[in-house]
Amino acid sequence: MKYVDEFRDSETAARLVERIRRHPPIPVNLMEVCGTHTVAIFRHGIRQLLPENVNLISGPGCPVCVTANRDIDWAIAAAKQPDTILTTFGDMLKVPGSHSSLQQARAEGGEVRVVYSTLDALQIARANPQKRVVFFGIGFETTAPTIACSILEAEETGLENYFVFSVNKVMPPPMKALVDSGEVRIDGFLCPGHVSAIIGSEPYQFLARDYGIPCVIAGFEPVDVLQSIDMLLAQRVEGRAEVEIQYKRVVRPEGNPAAMAPLYRVFQPADAEWRGLGMIPGSGLEVREEYARFDARRVTQIDPGPTREHRGCRCGDVLRGVMKPPECPLYGRACTPETPVGPCMVSSEGTCSTWFQFAGAE
Amino acid sequence: MRGDRILLAHGSGGKLSSELIQEIFFPAFGNPALARMDDSAVLPLPLGKGQGEGSRLAMSTDSHVVKPLFFGGGDIGRLAVCGTVNDLAMVGATPLYLAAGFILEEGLLLADLRRVVASMKEAAAEAGVSVVTGDTKVVEQGGADWLYVTTTGVGMVSDGVNVSGSNARAGDVVLLSGSIGDHGIAVLSRREGLEFGSPVTSDVAPLNHMVAAMLEAAPHLRALRDPTRGGLATTLNEFAAQSGVSIQIEEAQILVRPAVQAACEMLGYDPLYVANEGKLVAIAPEEEAEAALSAMRRTRYGEDARIIGRVLPSPTGRVLMKTRIGGTRIVQMLMGEMLPRIC
Repeated sequence: MKYVDEFRDSETAARLVERIRRHPPIPVNLMEVCGTHTVAIFRHGIRQLLPENVNLISGPGCPVCVTANRDIDWAIAAAKQPDTILTTFGDMLKVPGSHSSLQQARAEGGEVRVVYSTLDALQIARANPQKRVVFFGIGFETTAPTIACSILEAEETGLENYFVFSVNKVMPPPMKALVDSGEVRIDGFLCPGHVSAIIGSEPYQFLARDYGIPCVIAGFEPVDVLQSIDMLLAQRVEGRAEVEIQYKRVVRPEGNPAAMAPLYRVFQPADAEWRGLGMIPGSGLEVREEYARFDARRVTQIDPGPTREHRGCRCGDVLRGVMKPPECPLYGRACTPETPVGPCMVSSEGTCSTWFQFAGAE
Repeated sequence: MRGDRILLAHGSGGKLSSELIQEIFFPAFGNPALARMDDSAVLPLPLGKGQGEGSRLAMSTDSHVVKPLFFGGGDIGRLAVCGTVNDLAMVGATPLYLAAGFILEEGLLLADLRRVVASMKEAAAEAGVSVVTGDTKVVEQGGADWLYVTTTGVGMVSDGVNVSGSNARAGDVVLLSGSIGDHGIAVLSRREGLEFGSPVTSDVAPLNHMVAAMLEAAPHLRALRDPTRGGLATTLNEFAAQSGVSIQIEEAQILVRPAVQAACEMLGYDPLYVANEGKLVAIAPEEEAEAALSAMRRTRYGEDARIIGRVLPSPTGRVLMKTRIGGTRIVQMLMGEMLPRIC
């Protein structure tokens, strides 16, 4: 398959591994920010191919995992409202909030529908004019433009029963928060390929310029990941700190202006709460005043009640890269993909679920 | 079991499904035939001395609730016949007779029912089985999703045939009859109106003739299973757990059609977990593996059969995969519902 097979080629991969091994064996911590990278690294068995001095740390780039309990509780409460259909991406279904999950709310009679995109949610709103259809919008810059467009389309077509509950987030602010906290030494970032396809390379420049951290925007196939690691190591060895694009077949330095325009027409930056990272300034996307009538937060009176964190759950530490999943006392025992305690074990791109899926319980 | 209600994930064929069986059904019905956990029960015949000694009865049942009723390459009728025929074939039985139960929703188009029944007739003829008894119930609108079909089948297992998921031994060879993921992606793309380059058609097919050819060529075949819900990954894990062995497969040997691959890449699915309805996984002793493979390749649905791996003594219960780039990873059972990714 074009654009896949050539990036999974075993000989190319072997050559890249050889290059990585030829760099001086200085210990480095490289953070892959995006959950899709974590999955790719495990799915293709990349860790075992790397020399011991290269330590990969998973970052906070799983949109499901970083969603705060308060926001999940809100969505569950919304799903239980009369004449309300809550629509969302399938991955959100099993995430435990303070007391329940959307999956549980559905089994108890709440109307929760899984959609593949906001187009489906709009279609559900059109087909059910007597009901309020709320789209639970999660995701980073990759997903946010499509959610913005759904609001624009609802406006254009006069759809009055479609609302968005936006807990959408943007990626660079948490990367800054991680570095500022100083909890983990990060010697290089594998920047998220899909997010960067939208925002381009400029938003990461401060990491290279102000913090001296090499950045490489990476694709998701094994050859992409290996080449990006090699590029990060080369920057360190040569004493450079730049934002380089490895994923050139998709990412342009200026990003995708056609997607950014509707995003910022409908949304504006706002402070947002991240699981494990707390409140991060400017890291969320809230619906602008002009589109307030599509903002589920503004048009509904939903009180999800007080939030409760799960005892012993260390997802916050995992999301900050402070702890590797097997170091959590719950991992593989009380917390498995079938009986998840924390969100990192729920989402298919959560760090704990990925470790469990591909590396096992040990 | 946690929770107090049935979740959709209890029906996904993965870990929650097996918990449901272990904790609800086994304690109530437990008996030696059920405890083998194969696709069909294999039962001794209560005959007088000298009559058919050595032959055993195989029995299986399967309910079909697929949505949409018609999809690329098949429909619920063909699925209902092939599903049960294949469950019988997977214990090495020759399928003979089927019973069919229909739950019809008020308002179902007669033309659709005719089409489904015609398709069942055709599939039964291909498999060489007869539908000999049946039942029909109609429920009011909203009580079902147009049409559910349950088929129950019986067949005979010849003397000397002993095929079970618990028979795999270290040194055995793992065979796969063709490409994976076709059925799941065909149904999904029709249901969701998604297109992925060339259209994907379901592989739904009766596999009993392939099994007969394999048993002829490799009489000591250890295990057979059709990787339906939960996909190839789940079937291999079942074998590893039932037999107390490890299975090691090679990613490069597993065939995935380009359109299926494209759909999986876009949706974030792993083809190892996508359902098949016309494929089988076989475990054969090393000395009969080549014979089994050539027998498969000579049959209509086995042209793309390949050896995909080996059975090892340890780590027991584990399935490992050598990735194309030379790494190794664990392949787990399907956990929860398979869901498309977000970004």
